Amino acid sequence: MTQLTQRAKQVDRKPMTLLERIYLWNILKGMMITISHLFKRKATIKYPEEKRTFSKVFRGVQILNRDEEGREKCTACGLCAVACPAEAITMEAAERQAGEEHLYKEEKYAAKYEINMLRCIFCGYCEEACPKDAIYLSQTFAPSNYGREGFIYKKEDLLIPHPIENPEAYKKALGEKGGNA
Amino acid sequence: MELFYLILEKLLLVGLIVSLSMVVAMYATWGERKVAAWLQDRIGPNRAGPFGLFQPLADGGKLFFKEEIIPLVSSKFLFILGPALAMITALLTSAVIPWSTPLHLFDRNIDLQVADVNIGILFVFGVVSLGVYGIMIGGWASNNKFSLLAAIRGASQMVSYELPMGLALIAVLMLVGDLRMSSIVANQLENGWHIIYQPLGFLIFFICALAECNRTPFDLPEAENELNFGYHQEYSSMKLGFYLFAEYINMFISGVVMASLYFGGYDIPFVNEASWGLNQNLLAIIGFVVLLSKAFFFVFVFMWIRWTIPRFRYDQLMKLGWTRLIPLALLNMILTAAIVLWLKK
Ligand code: SF4
Ligand code: SF4
Repeated sequence: MTQLTQRAKQVDRKPMTLLERIYLWNILKGMMITISHLFKRKATIKYPEEKRTFSKVFRGVQILNRDEEGREKCTACGLCAVACPAEAITMEAAERQAGEEHLYKEEKYAAKYEINMLRCIFCGYCEEACPKDAIYLSQTFAPSNYGREGFIYKKEDLLIPHPIENPEAYKKALGEKGGNA
Repeated sequence: MELFYLILEKLLLVGLIVSLSMVVAMYATWGERKVAAWLQDRIGPNRAGPFGLFQPLADGGKLFFKEEIIPLVSSKFLFILGPALAMITALLTSAVIPWSTPLHLFDRNIDLQVADVNIGILFVFGVVSLGVYGIMIGGWASNNKFSLLAAIRGASQMVSYELPMGLALIAVLMLVGDLRMSSIVANQLENGWHIIYQPLGFLIFFICALAECNRTPFDLPEAENELNFGYHQEYSSMKLGFYLFAEYINMFISGVVMASLYFGGYDIPFVNEASWGLNQNLLAIIGFVVLLSKAFFFVFVFMWIRWTIPRFRYDQLMKLGWTRLIPLALLNMILTAAIVLWLKK
């Protein structure tokens, strides 16, 4: 018979030797194996205190970016929503009024912007689709929640902290990806 | 007056031992999880209190507040009797165990043994075999085919394994010549531990103890994956807790019994503690701690085995009991008898 994998093992159908039939010896051997694991390094990561480091290309919760002056970059073009295979994104556009130039970078902005984390499959297509570099996937994942409503992230949840008012949090949220990369 | 003190003393002792068994059983559940976790490269419960030490309290609290379900078609009286019986028999065994040398308090010598009955070890056996009624009644009263199957399995398993256990024990009794637990331990203090004379007997006894406590690899009455938790499938809340608890108490008690029968009870190995010139009370406490640590070691081995080997098939279990252990135990008994006779001559 041709072997399909390298790992196939011939089954040994020899009758058991006396030592094997006594069974105790084999149990003892097994117990030695398990006891050796008592002293091995534990695989557990104590989650909320310890966190696994993700790879640089990890696709986590989305972040809505701001430019250096802290203005929201998103122009509510809806391309991300169109690109999204899971239809997780909804938004409402609004026109920038006079005097709001320090808030929004473009003339049109997202008054409402929601991503449903239960629908999102973290494919990253929204990030790719965005012409304004306004959305990208960060290196954190959505924490657990008690209700479904909690998983619908509003614009306030998604927006990155203000780079001038809160530079430290901004840097942290930016992560290793770098904003305008 | 003397009688009054005696009763008071015994009552206190009973209370102490029962609460000790409870606490040990509680922490045995914690220990089981920890051991399981360690053997599987995990850490185990570590959230409730330091090192997860309050985990048993949380579990107990949870069990208390669970909904109490008594199936409509069950026979209610027996349904409640089942777990109660399991618990009672589990706790009864500890009555004849000599926990340590006597204490000396208030000008009285206080034996750390509730009752030194002259049929001590037979009492243990009698009570242990009563334990099967807890399983049988519980399984039957649930009116559920899986529970019933498990109950039948449990009953036949216990009956089959009591035989080699008893036969292994007879060899020990021949060495001692007395059924009292206290003289069994005293004999070991004088002549060395019984494990030296009875290694095969101990092995048989140990295997049977595993089966009697329904521990893996002989946990067929529970068999999670084939019988849906077996005899306690229909149980909820604290009645389930009683069953689970009784198992851990049984484990602890059988650890103590094994330590007393084969490992010298409260004796400290390789030293003559009487020659230290220590206070009698201090010695008693040391002896007690020594006995406890021996028992805990056995409990650990029970857990270690549970997390190492899979469950036996039912026919394998019966075959092992009837065609391997009983002949071996008989052989052991006859050999011991011959040697004892030969030495006496
Ligand atoms: S990551 Fe994919 S699924 Fe999630 S919002 Fe973006 S496009 Fe939709
Ligand atoms: S995030 Fe980007 S693609 Fe989506 S609406 Fe805003 S600007 Fe358009």
